[in-house]
Amino acid sequence: MNMPSLTHLQRLEAEAIHIMREVVAEAQAPVMLYSVGKDSAVMLHLARKAFYPSPPPFPLLHVDTTWKFKAMYELRDRMARESGMELLVYQNPEAKARGINPFDHGALHTDMWKTEGLKQALDLHGFDAAFGGARRDEEKSRAKERIFSFRTASHGWDPKNQRPELWNLYNARKNKGESIRVFPISNWTELDIWQYIHLNDVPIVPLYFADERPTVERDGMLLMVDDDRFPLRPGEEPVMRSIRFRTLGCYPLTGAVESTAKTLPEVIQETLLTTTSERQGRAIDKDAGGAGMEVKKQQGYF
Amino acid sequence: MPETITDVADVIYKTDALIAQDIDAYLETHQHKTMLRFITCGSVDDGKSTLIGRLLYDSKMIFEDQLAALESDSKKQGTQGQAIDFALLVDGLAAEREQGITIDVAYRFFNTEKRKFIVADCPGHEQYTRNMVTGASTADLAVILIDARKGVLVQTRRHSYLCHLLGIRNIVLAVNKMDLVDYSQARFDEIVADYRAFATSIGIDTFTALPISGFAGDNVTAPSANTPWYTGPSLIAHLETVPVRGADDLARPFRMPVQWVNRPNLDFRGFSGLIASGSVKPGDAVRVLPSGKTSTVTRIVTLEGDLDQALAGQAITLCLADEIDCSRGDVLALADAPPEVADQFQATLVWMADEALTPGRAYWLKLGTQTVSATVRTPEYVVNVNTMEHLAAKTLELNAIGVAEVVTDKPLVFEPYTESRTLGGFILIDKISNATVGAGMLEFSLRRAQNVHWQALDVTRKAHAALKMQQPAVLWFTGLSGSGKSTIANLVEKKLHALGKHTFLLDGDNVRHGLNKDLGFTDADRIENIRRVGEVAKLMTDAGLIVLTAFISPFRAERELVRSLLPEGEFIEVFIDTPLEDAEKRDVKGLYKKARSGQLQNFTGIDSPYERPENPEIRVDTRRESPEDAAERIVERVIGAWMPVI
Ligand SMILES: Nc1nc2c(ncn2[C@@H]2O[C@H](COP(=O)(O)OP(=O)(O)OP(=O)(O)O)[C@@H](O)[C@H]2O)c(=O)[nH]1
Ligand SMILES: [Mg+2]
Repeated sequence: MNMPSLTHLQRLEAEAIHIMREVVAEAQAPVMLYSVGKDSAVMLHLARKAFYPSPPPFPLLHVDTTWKFKAMYELRDRMARESGMELLVYQNPEAKARGINPFDHGALHTDMWKTEGLKQALDLHGFDAAFGGARRDEEKSRAKERIFSFRTASHGWDPKNQRPELWNLYNARKNKGESIRVFPISNWTELDIWQYIHLNDVPIVPLYFADERPTVERDGMLLMVDDDRFPLRPGEEPVMRSIRFRTLGCYPLTGAVESTAKTLPEVIQETLLTTTSERQGRAIDKDAGGAGMEVKKQQGYF
Repeated sequence: MPETITDVADVIYKTDALIAQDIDAYLETHQHKTMLRFITCGSVDDGKSTLIGRLLYDSKMIFEDQLAALESDSKKQGTQGQAIDFALLVDGLAAEREQGITIDVAYRFFNTEKRKFIVADCPGHEQYTRNMVTGASTADLAVILIDARKGVLVQTRRHSYLCHLLGIRNIVLAVNKMDLVDYSQARFDEIVADYRAFATSIGIDTFTALPISGFAGDNVTAPSANTPWYTGPSLIAHLETVPVRGADDLARPFRMPVQWVNRPNLDFRGFSGLIASGSVKPGDAVRVLPSGKTSTVTRIVTLEGDLDQALAGQAITLCLADEIDCSRGDVLALADAPPEVADQFQATLVWMADEALTPGRAYWLKLGTQTVSATVRTPEYVVNVNTMEHLAAKTLELNAIGVAEVVTDKPLVFEPYTESRTLGGFILIDKISNATVGAGMLEFSLRRAQNVHWQALDVTRKAHAALKMQQPAVLWFTGLSGSGKSTIANLVEKKLHALGKHTFLLDGDNVRHGLNKDLGFTDADRIENIRRVGEVAKLMTDAGLIVLTAFISPFRAERELVRSLLPEGEFIEVFIDTPLEDAEKRDVKGLYKKARSGQLQNFTGIDSPYERPENPEIRVDTRRESPEDAAERIVERVIGAWMPVI
């Protein structure tokens, strides 16, 4: 008999749903980190599927830097409404008071708003398990991380001493103060994410599609002038270009690509034909030499 | 052999014609691809990471910016001089790149026209076996590498054995570094014959052998001109055609461990889980295990509408026709072919912690969605992975593989691991550190739980207590020898007795001479001693008594075990906190002197540890409080906390 077998996307979807339910069954206070990017969009969609007809039984947490694209804030609020989930927005008060911004403070911006902000938010609410949308294909130290990634009370990751993780049995036990980062879409690739969005009509920020947008070219990156906080250097003049984004973060730190892809298949086509990696448009990976991400994660970055 | 990026750039960026011309058609094919999960394993430096780096590179998974980084990293940190060191694509941790070795598994991904692949690159060093096991547990296939110059090594055997134990039935033997042995057919044949002899001895009947060079690319993605004598497929061609897992699971009866009960409102009650085997559709008769109750499936509910059928591997939510008791940890199964339920098993264990297994100690055992308290008996044997001999052993050390009996405190719904990874594979978790310390595969049950008929007692625990007009409890005194446990416990008992409470004091004098006279003072015996005392104390609380125990009970895990035997709030840990110097000064029985002079071994505080309670309900500092005051305080605390029994 010819038995039907599941496709790779069906297997990935089932794996992610299984992981989310395990967390809900075993953690005291789970939360979903929601960054409004395409990976978060897929995670949120999977969560809605996992618990349907109940709404996902945990809140969404957006660790905000105040420097995201306007279109991201719009989609964030809409998705919270549609999913029936509570949306928590956290902005590090110290970063806010000191006016930390990507233009004047470089690496400190990410450190204070994102790394510190995340730790503060998790401690404030006492969350003991946080879902993140990181994928193993993104970066070489991510490729090494467990799905249930254990963190010390000070949010540190010890890459040389990770818990064994067998089959689909996850050990969610921890002592008071310790927590777990959970990555349900660890085994998805960028292509899987796009194809899933395509097949399931998952709502995403329009910035992923090409359009005429005001841009300046700076330090080899194409930046979008999203609001008037963007300080133009002498001689810089925003130019309209047809661009789109492969990843979304803080607008002054996220490089665009010139593109005419206006539909998902076109975006996927460009993605498959491109010769550079997705994270290339991100400033964060270039810090601290080759081990940038690993070091950041040891300090508590997601 | 690629020396620089430019040599291969043309090959890599040769665009896939279908993607460029008809993306919709491409997506359609891609959408229907199956997925194969495999690992690379074998001995240190056999070239596992290099091979994966090569596979990623040849399947165009490496982008320009990553390639530029690889080229410069190869010069700085590589092991191949100026040439590209593909292992650096995979060894992603700073410590790995510095030492040129793999420490933990890397999961990488690539596609071919036929399949999507998830590959886990496992470390070769024995020290990191638990990471190799992590990678192997989810694999459908294993590529076992051998360095053609070195042949079959201890780690080749260990990894092959582990792959076999974990149920990987597709084995590829990749004889690597053929470039370093002049692509010699004789050498290849010799290694394959060696390996075959070993493989047969452990039950691996078939495997596919390939001569390759991960570094130079021979027979990796295409047949190589350097090995005209080899006529089989390239590695990729083979990986594209082996059957994926799933077919076996689908052919077996329906089982779904219940993960979560979905209850948004009073009108809906669904059971969520991942189908471990078989398939299910509305109208099917199912049985809930371990209770054995039956019902019928009414709906399979999803966000996109109800399903007519769901298959092994899918994560679903289903509804039943009857309001029967069913919750996380239960297993839904085909009504006519349910799995077994038992509480004693024979299992193969792989130990993964620096601290060796303590036979008799209680660990958490997680199997599917069931978590129970379990103990492992003294192993029957451990396996010498080099000779496959069975050796006698008292425990399991880090990375040991052995066979032992496992006893659980509650019946488990299970199937032998060879039939079901989900219902036969388990992990053991240390109750104090919460670390995953071992993994195991159930072989068979030693005693069916169905045969143990718990006497349904009409005179309940509550009735016993009510008659005595008291709330049962265990006052567990712990502390060093000579700290004053017995003195204070005796005082407390007298006071409670005077208040009309029904009590009983268990201590060394009345337990060591009878119930536990077969036990000595080794760690294992101390653990068994406390376990028995705990069980006796529990029975006495069932009888309604207030039990006082006065034992050194040096290990936290055993005290926590006793706590877990009792209903919440009934275990009251009383820590008699006396500094060692005080206890030693008193030395009522002259034991410290004997221990110091070496006449007494395993004496707590001298040559055996005492693990202080972290959060005792009551702590008595004997430097500050007299035994009389302490006893008064304990009685007050205990009586004060009691609610009158109605
Ligand atoms: N000549 C030659 N060298 C190779 C080949 N494969 C690997 N090597 C070299 O062998 C060394 C070890 O390779 P790795 O890929 O790091 O070995 P590994 O098996 O992953 O090692 P661990 O993960 O630490 O056990 C490196 O210097 C490689 O460049 C091959 O096919 N031919
Ligand atoms: Mg390696």
